[in-house]
Amino acid sequence: MATPVELDIQKTRVAYQWKHDSPLIACRISPTGAQCVSTAQDFSIQRWAIPAGERTVLKGHESWVHTLTYSADGSMLISGGCEGKLIWWPILDGEPKPIRVIEAHSGWIRGVERSSDGKTLVSVGNDCMIRLWSIETGEKIAEWPAHERHIYSAAFHPDGVHLATGDLLGKIHVWNLSDRSLVRTLDGSTLYSPNKGQAAEFGGVRTMAINSAGTELIAAGTHKGSNPFGAVHEPLLLRFGWSDGALLKSHVSDGIPGGLLYRTCCLPGDVAAAVSGGSSGGILLYYGKDQEKELHRFGLPSLARDMDANLASGLVVTAHYDHHIRVCALFAA
Amino acid sequence: MRYANYACGSMEHRLSRRRFLHQATTTAAAGSAVIGGLGTLASGTAAAELKRNDMRIVIFNMHGGLSQLESWDPKPGARTGGPFRAIPTSVPGIHICELLPKTAQQMHHLCLLRGVNTAEDDHGKGAYMMMTGRRQTPSAEYPQIGAVAAKMLHDDNIGLPGHIIVTPGGGGGRGNEAAYLGPKFASIHLGGDKPPQHSVKPDGFSEDAERRRHEFRRRINQEFLSQRRTAITDAYTHSYEQALRLMERRDVFDVSKEPDKDQQRYGTHDLGRQCLMARRLLENGVSFVQVTHSNYDTHNDNFNFHIEQVGEFDMAFSTFVADLFERGLLDKTLVVVMSEFGRTPNINLYYGRDHWSKAWSIVMAGGKVARGAAFGKTNDEGTEVVDGQVDHGQIFHTYLRAAGIDSSQSLVVDGREVPMADPAAEPIWKILT
Repeated sequence: MATPVELDIQKTRVAYQWKHDSPLIACRISPTGAQCVSTAQDFSIQRWAIPAGERTVLKGHESWVHTLTYSADGSMLISGGCEGKLIWWPILDGEPKPIRVIEAHSGWIRGVERSSDGKTLVSVGNDCMIRLWSIETGEKIAEWPAHERHIYSAAFHPDGVHLATGDLLGKIHVWNLSDRSLVRTLDGSTLYSPNKGQAAEFGGVRTMAINSAGTELIAAGTHKGSNPFGAVHEPLLLRFGWSDGALLKSHVSDGIPGGLLYRTCCLPGDVAAAVSGGSSGGILLYYGKDQEKELHRFGLPSLARDMDANLASGLVVTAHYDHHIRVCALFAA
Repeated sequence: MRYANYACGSMEHRLSRRRFLHQATTTAAAGSAVIGGLGTLASGTAAAELKRNDMRIVIFNMHGGLSQLESWDPKPGARTGGPFRAIPTSVPGIHICELLPKTAQQMHHLCLLRGVNTAEDDHGKGAYMMMTGRRQTPSAEYPQIGAVAAKMLHDDNIGLPGHIIVTPGGGGGRGNEAAYLGPKFASIHLGGDKPPQHSVKPDGFSEDAERRRHEFRRRINQEFLSQRRTAITDAYTHSYEQALRLMERRDVFDVSKEPDKDQQRYGTHDLGRQCLMARRLLENGVSFVQVTHSNYDTHNDNFNFHIEQVGEFDMAFSTFVADLFERGLLDKTLVVVMSEFGRTPNINLYYGRDHWSKAWSIVMAGGKVARGAAFGKTNDEGTEVVDGQVDHGQIFHTYLRAAGIDSSQSLVVDGREVPMADPAAEPIWKILT
């Protein structure tokens, strides 16, 4: 692994971009920063070597893939599809083939995350179930009905004991994994934008992250859904205190009338990075702890649908509708 | 420039001042044409015979434009296919979207029309075409299928209106859906599981006072009508008498009288209650019911919205069709599932689909429609019809034929014969039995 770089969000720039054959949906960067992956509307997963950009296409899913995660050592990729399957890929192989396929959920899988000790995988989805899996063996460790509506996101706490899950209605449940008891529910209902005139339920906790110190939970998505069908809604990122679940800050951004935060990641210095897609285009936003508005924004060349960060290498990857995966550098050139 | 209040606010909804004024004037002209004629059959076909056939029509209006790819014509794996898979149905060889698992089990009752091309991407114009079988023109207004059904099929003696529209919010009232047929055949709007508004006698009126009030009204009306009778005065008189009979049969609109088990089977959401209401109305002899399911105008987040909306529809609609069959009503009831148009095969930047009328789908069932069939075909990406193309004119003829009405007939309006359906079109004979 390379020597960690000093992050400077003001220096954000597109360092590399590579094109696939179909609009992209999701992306992740490996723990080593030596590769990244994206998923596309053609059901495939693409592996990209950094910085060469060599592409390898992985086929195995029968639907879109909205979520995926690397194992802690970066040797395995686990993807969750809208057909409800979890697939394990030996992602360092020359031509990775699935080594394990599990019918994990009924309906879409919307979130898969790895625990801080690297041993456990959580998957959540439209069947409102939480399921825990052994990353090494694929064995199901536990499952329980957790929400009344679709579960959109999940995040492990670094203490290894707690898990947070968020749903369409903006409910964020915090679970104690030792007995699967509900510890508390955080109110993220401002992320839920029902529209009576359009008879539409819209919004939800689209993404969550917990900082490395374990002191804050970040939940993000959209609000002010005055016209959900017309893509009129603004980005919203909520910052909660972990110890008591209190809302510390609601972060908003001006001039993004068609924005939705698809994913957030925690950066050092209590900065939350998030990518906004929607009718206002693709924008990387960086929110500090004390400011309501963002510290910095970086306009991406095209509408983005997902992001991931590798802090050690100072890289952020973004997946785009224009078929491109882009790798942004967050350090001085 | 004026903007119509459609859900998505897209460019297609913009209504010019010229068009607005034009519509206003033609509507007024159509209203005046009512005087002196409510439309009698030119061919002399015995209306009573049609009514003895006891046919009914129910339309599910998927307001805003249901995506054909997320319902009746899935294209899994295609560039345009989206994330959903196709599932087998009770008819071997016919697959529909996985969002409709319960409806798939009723496929043997249904007929899919996968080759609809209406070439109109405006909500209002598209809806008009699907409801009247004709394009809007400056020269005339045409009655919607509900008004035609009420005119041709309804038996006034049952004491209930013949043209009822059920929406989640209810409200509204008699619009111009009946055109030259006159307001007698315009719709009554119901809100979900609620009886019509103002259908309870106010507490302050005694039965005797109420009876004397109406006797007085009838006497005065009679004196007036003896010299100045017109279609409009007839319609007013009809409305009063219909309201009185409707008040007597208010229990028909009380969905809570249905067993709890049925309410659970249909779903406890608005659409479930609307469908249960529709079943009660049909069983009590109402000739036309329209159930509105809103909203499908998903320019943004199409797939999440369709999961929610189609899931509701699947539960309520499949139960409705199964019930009609089990109760022996399906042969006597034409069921139609339609929208103003479909949605683009192309998936836009925000996971949305836009308006698309060149290649989309509707469903028919019951009446004289073939069962367990799929008619028409689109290409691999769903962008064009490649076989069995049909349009709104043919579809309107087919509604009528499937309900036992000769769609080639004309109605006499003000001494002039007006074809009931567009004479340039014909029924889709291949799906009629």
